[in-house]
Amino acid sequence: MSAISPPAERLWWKHPIDRVEGMWIGIAFVWSMVMFFMMVYWHMYGGQNLSTETYKTTPEQFTVKAQAMVDQYTVRTEVDGQYPVVAPPVGSDVYMIARLWNFWPILQLEKGQTYRLHLTSLDYNHGFSLQPANINIQIVPGYEHVVTVTPNQSGTYSVVCNEYCGIGHHTMVGRIYVK
Amino acid sequence: MSTATTYRTCPRSGLQFESQAEKLMLANAVAAVVFLLIGGLLAIGVVLTRWPSIHWLEADTFYKVLTAHGIDMLIFWIIFFEIAVLYFCSSTLLRCRLATPKIAWTAFALMVIGAVMNNVAVYQGGSSVMMTSYVPMMAAPHFYLGLILFAVGALIACFVFLGTLVVAKAEKTYQGSVPLVTFGAITATIIAVFTIVSGAIILVPTFLLSIGVIDKVDPLVYRTIWWAFGHSSQQINVSAHISIWYAVAAIAFGARPMSERVSRGAFLLYILFLQLASAHHLLADPGLSTEWKVVNTSYFMYFAVLASMIHGLTVPGAMEVAQRQKGYNKGLFEWLRKAPWGTPTFSGVFISIIGFGFLGGISGVMMGTEQLNMIIHNTIYVPGHFHATVVIGTTLSFMALTYFLIPVLFKREMIAPTLAKWQPYLFGLSMYGFCLVMMGAGTLGVSRRHWDMAFQGSALAYEWPGAAYMMMGLVGVMGIAAIAGGAIYIYVTVGSLLWGKKLDQGQVSSTPTPVPATAPAAAVQTYGSSGMVAPGSFVLAIIFLVAFVLYYFINWKYLSQLWGLS
Repeated sequence: MSAISPPAERLWWKHPIDRVEGMWIGIAFVWSMVMFFMMVYWHMYGGQNLSTETYKTTPEQFTVKAQAMVDQYTVRTEVDGQYPVVAPPVGSDVYMIARLWNFWPILQLEKGQTYRLHLTSLDYNHGFSLQPANINIQIVPGYEHVVTVTPNQSGTYSVVCNEYCGIGHHTMVGRIYVK
Repeated sequence: MSTATTYRTCPRSGLQFESQAEKLMLANAVAAVVFLLIGGLLAIGVVLTRWPSIHWLEADTFYKVLTAHGIDMLIFWIIFFEIAVLYFCSSTLLRCRLATPKIAWTAFALMVIGAVMNNVAVYQGGSSVMMTSYVPMMAAPHFYLGLILFAVGALIACFVFLGTLVVAKAEKTYQGSVPLVTFGAITATIIAVFTIVSGAIILVPTFLLSIGVIDKVDPLVYRTIWWAFGHSSQQINVSAHISIWYAVAAIAFGARPMSERVSRGAFLLYILFLQLASAHHLLADPGLSTEWKVVNTSYFMYFAVLASMIHGLTVPGAMEVAQRQKGYNKGLFEWLRKAPWGTPTFSGVFISIIGFGFLGGISGVMMGTEQLNMIIHNTIYVPGHFHATVVIGTTLSFMALTYFLIPVLFKREMIAPTLAKWQPYLFGLSMYGFCLVMMGAGTLGVSRRHWDMAFQGSALAYEWPGAAYMMMGLVGVMGIAAIAGGAIYIYVTVGSLLWGKKLDQGQVSSTPTPVPATAPAAAVQTYGSSGMVAPGSFVLAIIFLVAFVLYYFINWKYLSQLWGLS
């Protein structure tokens, strides 16, 4: 007679549906479709979609490319020379290394301009959490993820590591300047 | 075929317990509560460290405690309890003997050994890898071995459950289809088998890596397969606790499903689509295609969300129909006002339903939307969401069911009934607050699994807004209130088991009494299809939908203001 007893009618799939349930199923189905096609719609017309461009890489290969950018476009250094501040040309490929426990180097980008930001980790998983904009991307070792970014506001942004990466995790913060 | 066992009919509930199954349920439930106790003690360390002005533990202790808290709560407490629920849904509801009790005890032993081994590994240090243990960060070999042993035990228990269904069918202890609650338990079991096999596929190689037999497990492959275990295990919980909702509706009100077809159809949708949700954790990852992300994160086309929305109507709907038949017919909500709010079995489940839907459900769909995920991935929004699903949804439902089981299964009178009466309110409502402030802090970007939001020792420290600090302080306050609520549950449960007045165990017989056949047709046709039998539940569902739609589009608005990304 109840949910903890076998149904009175053997053929439960012939049990009648009340109008309350029928209407709700209809509404919920329509809402499900709206949500599904919203994701598709945003890929066609929205301005914030995560790139899927990815390459296999190694710490050595990636470090060489990042170092080349640093050698060419460093404008100054910060924190007693530990962090080069790099201002790469508009539209170029820019590199950010995540490793225990920092993001390297500091990037300086221009507002309204587009860059191809390459991300990888040299060791464990890390998280790219851009604050205060609040954009969060996973960084997986062995994979070079190329994200096309267009900063829309000038200011000082922090990159907080938000994937647990060991005892120094809370010290792992990087920086991006947007002029 | 009948083996030497006895069957006892509980005089308080009319349920029939087979003696082997009863002992196993008791053992699994007690093990569950022990791990809830450990996990709860660890929770004190977690919240008092994340409360910025207290910031209690050192970093290494904090990460150790957080790892153990996650595993003890999400895996050991919940799965031990679920095994007890599976035995209840098969042997007790179908009134048959449990298949292969010896193997069931072996399963229990493996689970206990595995759980203890994993805990020891974490407390020894060197295995503070969080529940997710992403390679290449490595834990000690017995960390993985413990999980594997536990999983094998749980898998065996699943097959004992399935075997018991076969026994019931063969020995004709019931007629027709299994009860809806058992049907839901079967759903949970099917998902559990998928989950555990996924866990084995990735944890076995990782164990081999930890002892040096193989030299690499790809980090992205690990994440993809691990989440088929990690997320799907939460889908077992969803199926299990929704089954409990239906069970409690039946126990508290004598409610039967509005439509067996609708409720079971919704469970079938779970079997078909729920497992795809492992994609939720990979939306911000490199290397996976957009098509893969969109199709999987939406459970193909939100068919599992559709199923949950259906249950969200039909569970309160079943209660409403039963109450209206008792004459509580005034207006839209008399049935709800006159519900037994002082009975913790009911109040716990109702607080669970509302919290799971409004907080856990809506936030889960938002963060599981491919693009929207970028604004919350790995922020403390994520634990805010899953404490709403797993704590308010699953744990609170299990607590509510325990209050029913104390006299029925434990045969004890509940001690401190007044405390028990208030427990679901204290625990449930403080968890509502806890989840909300975590989601609030996560919306501001605060990271999860992070020892120090002040970034002490960092050359380039970031300054969180004051509101983020305030909300993390509230996380501490609400968390402590919830822990107090959890402590009351453990006190009442363990206290009743140890000191509660012994109750009459009822008639014992050497043969099972089959489930009586219910009179067909006439009863079923008293309602259904004619229209609007549960208008109050429908209004609640519409309020839910409005909240859902608003919140969903607010987040799109928020996303549209970010940097351009393509």
